[in-house]
Amino acid sequence: MSWLIKNASILGGEQQDMLLRDGVITEMGKDLQDGEAEILEAAGLIALPGLVDLHTHLREPGREDAETVRSGSRAAALGGYTAICAMPNTNPIADTAGVVEQVLRLGQETGLVDVQPIGAVTIGQRGEHLAELGTMADSAAQVRIFSDDGHCVADPVLMRRALEYVRAFDGVVAQHAEEPRLTEGAQMNEGEVSSQLGLAGWPAVAEEAIIARDVLLAGHTQSRLHVCHVSTAGSVELIRWGKQKGWQVTAEVCPHHLLLTDEQAHSYDPVFKVNPPLRTAADVQALREGLADGTIDVVATDHAPHAAQDKECEWAQARPGMLGLETALSIVVQTMIETGLLDWAGVAERMSITPARIGGLNGPQRRGAAGGPIAGHGRPLALGEPANLTLIDPAARWTVEAASLASLSRNTPYQGFELPARVSATFLRGNATVLDGKVQL
Amino acid sequence: MNRHLLSAGDLSREDALKILDTAEQMATVGDREVKKLPTLRGRTVVNLFYEDSTRTRTSFEVAAKRLSADVINFSAKGSSVSKGESLKDTALTLHAMGADAVVIRHAASGAPHRLTQWLDAVVVNAGDGTHEHPTQALLDAFTMRQRLGRDLDGAKVAIVGDILHSRVARSNVQLLHTLGAHVTLVAPPTLLPRDMQTWPAQVSYDLDAALGDVDVCMMLRVQAERMTASYFPTVREYSRRYGLDGRRLALMPKEAIVMHPGPMVRGMEIAGEVADSSRATIVEQVRNGVSVRMAVLYLLLTQDSTGQGTA
Ligand SMILES: [Zn+2]
Repeated sequence: MSWLIKNASILGGEQQDMLLRDGVITEMGKDLQDGEAEILEAAGLIALPGLVDLHTHLREPGREDAETVRSGSRAAALGGYTAICAMPNTNPIADTAGVVEQVLRLGQETGLVDVQPIGAVTIGQRGEHLAELGTMADSAAQVRIFSDDGHCVADPVLMRRALEYVRAFDGVVAQHAEEPRLTEGAQMNEGEVSSQLGLAGWPAVAEEAIIARDVLLAGHTQSRLHVCHVSTAGSVELIRWGKQKGWQVTAEVCPHHLLLTDEQAHSYDPVFKVNPPLRTAADVQALREGLADGTIDVVATDHAPHAAQDKECEWAQARPGMLGLETALSIVVQTMIETGLLDWAGVAERMSITPARIGGLNGPQRRGAAGGPIAGHGRPLALGEPANLTLIDPAARWTVEAASLASLSRNTPYQGFELPARVSATFLRGNATVLDGKVQL
Repeated sequence: MNRHLLSAGDLSREDALKILDTAEQMATVGDREVKKLPTLRGRTVVNLFYEDSTRTRTSFEVAAKRLSADVINFSAKGSSVSKGESLKDTALTLHAMGADAVVIRHAASGAPHRLTQWLDAVVVNAGDGTHEHPTQALLDAFTMRQRLGRDLDGAKVAIVGDILHSRVARSNVQLLHTLGAHVTLVAPPTLLPRDMQTWPAQVSYDLDAALGDVDVCMMLRVQAERMTASYFPTVREYSRRYGLDGRRLALMPKEAIVMHPGPMVRGMEIAGEVADSSRATIVEQVRNGVSVRMAVLYLLLTQDSTGQGTA
């Protein structure tokens, strides 16, 4: 099917029509006509290249009660995403070609977004021996991002070897920066609130110490380091310093760290428990500024679904993590656009173009036959480019209702929040995955 | 007064004084031949204890029984709790049983707050993790008032020991501040929270210096496992720097008292001779616990939902 999108504001700028045919933007301009194409009136909507998430937990295989590749793909499409990168902390852990290929296949079967598996750095994410990184890279999943996310690659020698080894196939190590000895039993940000609530503190230094070390290792090995979910002002400074040195360091921030603070823990409701934890208002401000000035390259969701029983319990017993795919764009609009820190082009940069580049998903589009790497994401909305895009209604306001989210889990920290901007439509290779705010599957 | 007693910080000065004054009346019940009031007849108080604490559980049980309430002990041992039932399911069970009040002791900070979200009963925090133990602070204040023979406005209280992990310290700091006392926390820096600028208390690392003009010195238990986690080097060094022995007792003003919430480690934070001296209030604290808990149960269970007393 072909689509003729009328009067969409490209990256928040000039209004144009786009004709999507055979997965490609075949025409762009004013007053396009096409007898066959389905017409979508997009006046007032903003067109961005389809969003790309570098940090998604899909829970399949192993915890299909919390999320599946299919339910997570639905949530992603509704959030404006056309590609997501699936973290390997499943059961079994995605530390072999077999598991990453299984996740790839599940993504293809659903077909709502491209699902790029991330491979574990170490066997079982135990931080002892390197997993077969090269075999995962050579597999059908063509893994380029490796991460023990959920755990830190704490051993400095292992981290050095991983950084060096993945250079052979232009890989990147995505580090969950958490010095494990400094966070034993940690429940929330160490600060005034934790001291009052009697919850064991997760100090900023536990994140910053690992980032400092890893930035130096990235410099020493001349390899690519990606820092997951940066959460403190100190981390922003360290990454800024590493970039000034010219080293290959990239970093992501999560929407919840751009909006929420550790004050939320006063409720003792573990829906606000996340790792790294919610920090202080000063950290939130530094993260926003770091994202605005490019020190932090991208927004990543760390979408982490959890079954009800894993959140409806005591804070200390709850699993860390929160839903993010369906609310990420709105949170970025509220924290970055409404504050004047970013424009829509800046949002496209940080939620599509740069994450696609870091994840190696921005190659020219593959045509027809299956196989070959996932590609065609985070590219300009221009003639001949792949038709991966999302249309956003910037004037919409909506109230988050956990029960109406597409995710199988309900652990959104934004229950009842009124948020700006809503994804109206999403297209993956010219096929509508979301229309009028509803997923097409 | 709030519907529940979750934190000592929830109590206004008026609330706290009302509890302490009521506890004084309750204390006279214990001196009667028939140690019972009919006040809570037909009401059900559940003791939900996830941690072993015979002392606190018994204290609440005696308090509820003296008010003629029906008491159910729902301890972690020998119930479905030990079979892994969640706190939420236990709460729903207690709700279905028609509990009027639930007294909860739990190793997780905030467990009493969570409980209030799942049942209708009045919830009394009997100690949650490293967060709070408000009835301990109330019985401590009651004991101070009794021993000092006056209100606590301007009283000087030193609290010594593992402040970082102490629910007793957290509750005492707030309640004593509400009652107008001046609190000094004494501990090695490792056993103090890093961020406590907003706590209404002074901090000192030097016990000798803190003792000169106190009215009350409250010693907290220090668990030996803190040593293996490097909070301090050895028991001997801890006790030398932060233990209350005869020499330090002599540094205190003559009328100043020594308190300990128990259980004590003699020879660690407190020397045997100090614990057994007439200056120590440890046995009175236990006795006063019953009166204070009677007052808390009475006031919470006889106020209507707007916080007005109906009795
Ligand atoms: Zn992580």
